[in-house]
Amino acid sequence: MAKATFVGGIHPYEGKELSKDKPIREVLPKGDLVYPLSQHIGAPATPIVKKGDYVLQGQKIAEATGFVSAPIYATVSGTVKAVEPRRVVTSNEVMSIVIENDGLYKEVDYPERKPYEEMTSEEIVNIVKEAGVVGMGGAGFPTFIKLSPKEPEKIDYVIANCAECEPYLTSDYRRMIEEPHKLIEGLKIMLHLFPNAKGILAVEENKPDAIALLKKLTSDEKDIIVKPLKTKYPQGAERGIIYATTGRAINSSMLPADAGCIVDNVDTIVAIYHAVVHGKPLMYRIVTVTGDAIADPRNFIIRIGTNYNELIEEAGGFKKEPVKVISGGPMMGFAMFDLNVPTTKIASALLCLTKDDVADMQPTACINCGRCAEVCPSRLIPSYLSDAAIHNDSEKFLKLEGLECVECGCCSYACPGKRQLAQTIKSMRKTELAKKKK
Amino acid sequence: MNDMLHVSSNPHVRSKVTTSSIMLAVVIALLPAAGFGIYNFGTHALLLILVTIAACVLTELLFEVLMKKEITIGDFSAVVTGLLLAMNLPPMAPLWIGVIGGIFAILVVKMLFGGLGQNFMNPALGGRCFLLISFTGIMTNFDCDAYTGATPLAQLKAGTTPQILDMIIGRTSGTIGETSMIAIVLGACLLIMLGIIDLKIPGTYIVTFVIFISIFGGHGTDMAYISAHLAGGGLMLGAFFMATDYVTRPITKKGQYVYGALLGILTGIFRVFGASAEGVSYAIIIGNLLVPLIEKVTLPKAFGKGGEHV
Repeated sequence: MAKATFVGGIHPYEGKELSKDKPIREVLPKGDLVYPLSQHIGAPATPIVKKGDYVLQGQKIAEATGFVSAPIYATVSGTVKAVEPRRVVTSNEVMSIVIENDGLYKEVDYPERKPYEEMTSEEIVNIVKEAGVVGMGGAGFPTFIKLSPKEPEKIDYVIANCAECEPYLTSDYRRMIEEPHKLIEGLKIMLHLFPNAKGILAVEENKPDAIALLKKLTSDEKDIIVKPLKTKYPQGAERGIIYATTGRAINSSMLPADAGCIVDNVDTIVAIYHAVVHGKPLMYRIVTVTGDAIADPRNFIIRIGTNYNELIEEAGGFKKEPVKVISGGPMMGFAMFDLNVPTTKIASALLCLTKDDVADMQPTACINCGRCAEVCPSRLIPSYLSDAAIHNDSEKFLKLEGLECVECGCCSYACPGKRQLAQTIKSMRKTELAKKKK
Repeated sequence: MNDMLHVSSNPHVRSKVTTSSIMLAVVIALLPAAGFGIYNFGTHALLLILVTIAACVLTELLFEVLMKKEITIGDFSAVVTGLLLAMNLPPMAPLWIGVIGGIFAILVVKMLFGGLGQNFMNPALGGRCFLLISFTGIMTNFDCDAYTGATPLAQLKAGTTPQILDMIIGRTSGTIGETSMIAIVLGACLLIMLGIIDLKIPGTYIVTFVIFISIFGGHGTDMAYISAHLAGGGLMLGAFFMATDYVTRPITKKGQYVYGALLGILTGIFRVFGASAEGVSYAIIIGNLLVPLIEKVTLPKAFGKGGEHV
């Protein structure tokens, strides 16, 4: 059975103490809000407002395009200023809707909902789809698709991914501590979709108070268990958390549902709760603003679309000159060169560091030490894969199972030669996956 | 914010372990055995160690200067090679032996194949075997002020059982760094504690070797005979410090067990059936050559394809 962990992984500096005791605080946006049409996996949404339109908070401003896509909602009231390309965290320019905030926060009337117990699965899935809920842990995969597997009766675990293994991040932790009932209710709604499933709240052991609280609150729920997991990165990676909680292992060509599992992150489950119980679309998320360059590290509940610069201001600005600013955590996040970009549905943190390990440590020769293979959660040999990638040796790359890489970055972290293992493997993977699609 | 922000692909943090910190740890771990060698054999041993290390480092430096390559002597790998090579030399060998061995190890075995990480055999062992073949007389003469006569392994081969306690402490003749089992194991423990090596290769190597000599050694499971084989010659130094050389051992876990077992069998064959009393160096070198094949048949299975447990 499950050993509450996986083989491999690393223990980087956690950095969570900077912000873990800071209660969630609401940030009211001052400037314009920007909504990139592509903030999820799948086709970009199609705008349904135009320049000059007045919109209310909670009003749909972009429609899902096709099946794998998600609608987008206004998070403030105000006037549509433009529909134009804007820079996003990945530094590309993406077509975006820009809304000038009138500061009134006039909201639409949200639909009344009957109790979820009386809803059919189809109704619930449709509500989640319409609410624009996507995987808020970082992937941005439309949640309704996860909630509608081919054979719902074969799902026996719904796993709430509360691992939050990424260093520095405390947004999920604060949510668990401050609003655990929303998480638990959300999980119960999901369980309603899968009659044979048990719910698992999977939390890393470095959050003992969250574990204790969730255990207390679910003591009467016979279908929900709290599962403490070993503290290790990447414990929250989908395949790893399924293995740690159920002992089942899936590879890259399988979905969690193939192992009888549905996995969703804390904020995603809370978004499901808001949509199903209160009729509210996805408009808010929690963002940790932290790092040694930030004066007052904090956890904020933000309106999606708020500019990153405003979050830095709210966190007291910089106390030291940042060298690297990362959207997300240090392992999986994107380094940004411009802070004048909007938050999106998948923005979990803003990490401002005064030191850049990557620039400070120059790559040297591989000494074949095997640390990369030791830490690889996919049990690959990253040094050989990276070598294949550098030589563009597709055959070798595939033979060494390069497509099974989950891009967690453990290999680069562990490498004593400071080689760009994850980077080279990731780019080769992209090429190979694109070839496969053809 | 006047300066530009750094951008790079994730991850954005790195562990503190570097190639030079690993090499430095290996040097430190070798010091007890080297130190005992100097205590045991006198100042010529110290001189030989220093000269051999200098030869290795200077060869690498000179090669890189002449070839206009990046200077890499700061990674301490040449120091490790020099120290290991010197520890494998007879204590009274002339200094030029260390120089020639060092040049061969670094120039031919390491740099000509592309430098650190590219060599297919352990440079120190390559250097030692080159010297053994070229200057057999010097390399097999272990007479010194402190000891005359045969090494414990040679005595064993001739049918007499040497003093086990002396062998464990290291008060015997032999190469500079191989005699003290205690000092070698002490250094190995440090490397194991630091996570630089583990017991997969040394453990399998030693266990397989013991099984082999129990069957073919002609003394059955006679403890005195087996202990003498374990404590004698270069087995401990080879098993913990040379068979575990990252560059020239298999990277796959299963492969490391296969490699360790192979070394145990080869060492057994060379010691029991060979003309020479010793066999560790040749066993490891042949093992090095077989590494690509071992890796080919021991590639791990990916997570979700049967490899998630290991």
